[in-house]
Amino acid sequence: MAKRFNIRMAGVGGQGVVTGSHILSTAVINAGGESTIVPFYGSEKRMAPVESYVRVSDEPIYEIGEITFPHIIIIFHPQVITHGKSYTMPFYFGLKEDGVALINNDGPMNLHKDQARELEERRAKLYYFPATKISLEVAGMDLATNMALMGCIGAITGLTNMAGLEQAVKDRFLGKGFVVSGGTAALDSVVERKFKKKQELIDKNVAVMRAGWNYAVEHGWAAPDVKRVEAPAAAAAASA
Amino acid sequence: MSEAEVKTNTPSAPAAAVAAPKKDPHAEAKKQRVVTPEYMFLEAPRTKEFITGSEAAKEAIRRSNVDLAIAYPITPQSETMQLVGVLYGEGYVKEYYRGEEEVGVMAAIAGGSRSGVRCYPATAGPGTLRGLEGIASWPGHRLPAVAMFTCRVVNAPLAIQPDNIEVSYLLNCGMIVFHAENQQDMFDFTMAGFTISEKNDVTLPVGVCCDGFFVTHARGYVRMQDRGIKLPPREAYRGAVPVLDAENPPARLSRDAPVQKSNFMAYNIHAVWQQEVWAAVERSRKYINQYMGGLLTAENVDGAEAVIIASGSAAAQSREAVRICAEKGIKVGLIKVRSLRPFPTKELRELCKNTKLIVVPEFNYVGWLAKEVATAIYGYSNAKIIGGPRVYGGQSMPVELIVDEVESGLTGKKSTNVAMSSIMGGAVNQDEVSHFMRSI
Repeated sequence: MAKRFNIRMAGVGGQGVVTGSHILSTAVINAGGESTIVPFYGSEKRMAPVESYVRVSDEPIYEIGEITFPHIIIIFHPQVITHGKSYTMPFYFGLKEDGVALINNDGPMNLHKDQARELEERRAKLYYFPATKISLEVAGMDLATNMALMGCIGAITGLTNMAGLEQAVKDRFLGKGFVVSGGTAALDSVVERKFKKKQELIDKNVAVMRAGWNYAVEHGWAAPDVKRVEAPAAAAAASA
Repeated sequence: MSEAEVKTNTPSAPAAAVAAPKKDPHAEAKKQRVVTPEYMFLEAPRTKEFITGSEAAKEAIRRSNVDLAIAYPITPQSETMQLVGVLYGEGYVKEYYRGEEEVGVMAAIAGGSRSGVRCYPATAGPGTLRGLEGIASWPGHRLPAVAMFTCRVVNAPLAIQPDNIEVSYLLNCGMIVFHAENQQDMFDFTMAGFTISEKNDVTLPVGVCCDGFFVTHARGYVRMQDRGIKLPPREAYRGAVPVLDAENPPARLSRDAPVQKSNFMAYNIHAVWQQEVWAAVERSRKYINQYMGGLLTAENVDGAEAVIIASGSAAAQSREAVRICAEKGIKVGLIKVRSLRPFPTKELRELCKNTKLIVVPEFNYVGWLAKEVATAIYGYSNAKIIGGPRVYGGQSMPVELIVDEVESGLTGKKSTNVAMSSIMGGAVNQDEVSHFMRSI
């Protein structure tokens, strides 16, 4: 049977919901899987609702369009739930039975009793995951919240690995051509400075991702056979 | 997927070709070699590329030896004709311009085709309906061309999103109509369309439809022949009617149109023309079989508990529904209808003769495909036909809705998504149908 997850991500403008979905999608493809994404948003402004739909599988995907009945929902911001900042209300609408709701919050939230009951009826697994807190602790900024969530979901689905995720971050921020030329000595100093900054950005993002991955493993959310990952010592030394 | 993937559309390539002053921008196009349609469609080696539906249409035009392309922007087709404009810059298309609006575009395509050149327009939604006056007259005048329709909402409230209701208007024009599921179909159907359209015993326009954004703006793998080969040029003198002789005026613009006469001769002429148009549609079947591999594709229909019949994006959604049903232990077959005109009547009668349940999911409100299917198999199959689920106004069809219809159809449970009036054939309770019709 195909391993297949339809994932609906909901967050607010500025959090990198679309970027996160691109990275997860690329990471799954990098690891030999299949994936498609459909972003969905209105006017592009901070704190405005954003949704993105990601399909990941180990087999070809033919389906198109928005995801109405997801296996997994990822809530990037608690205000999606508390303020209804979402195109989909309530936030778990259409969640399949035994589905997963991964929610970025420091601890369990007080959901309305009707919502809590409905989630229980469909046997939803509620995973409260402190993504922003991890991002602040590991990278010193909240901007890597999406990376923490993608690391976490990568481990939950088991359809990618840290190497695939890391490569996806590089693809996103450096562009495939840039990585190649970055290694050559002929680059002028401006590009070198830029590269150094970007390399730092990538390292931090990857560290947050790894923390998210390990959090999922430690809490027993990860797919079977998914193990903890350690910082690759050689790579860390090379980039220093 | 072990084939090598190539990129023929690197972003810098066309711009660089135009910017370099000494290089002839038409150099590559001039080197293109003509091959037979048989080699092109059946033998030529192909490499795959990950491109949008609009890019797939562009690549089909590159290899189709097109003389005249006329653009008029309307979402979601604008990008396609813009890309065809790039081909004009590169010398792959001989003439290209932007029309005033769709009435003018379709009229000019009629003129181009009548004068004997290979023509390609594209439009969508409201543009299709605006141009329909001209389009509906092409078949009677026996004008070969390929027109692309990237379907979108046309009814109120208006939207730019996919909804293929406009196909139902094209079905009765007398033209050949294909419905593409994905980017690969856009590529294949467009190229085969030119060849079929210009066959002497066909001499009709071909419409290649797809469901707007889902195909035009999304990427998929497309297996394509080398860009160094192209189809033979149109040989208009081989057509069923003489071409317009523009060098010896007065040119005859129309085939003997008896528009101002009302007598039995006029009615007779009309009957003869229309009979001949639809007979030509029938005669195109053999070429669709030859160059496209059939009017439909059927998968796992033998021994299936239910069969899904779909076209366009609904076929893509149905593939996933078949997979989910298999996981639930329900054996479901899939028939994808590629050609709507001619309609695969004989094929469906044969395939569905023992079928108990048919589900027809569609991306429009009226359910034109369900009606076509019911008409085709009437008297040849006792299957219950569920005309649904349907989505419209641009909504994506949740695969789960199709699965629900299969399950409710098999268990006899009442569907919550499909109206009783859209359930046909089998042991339908006519009282329930009339009750429904009275209550709405």
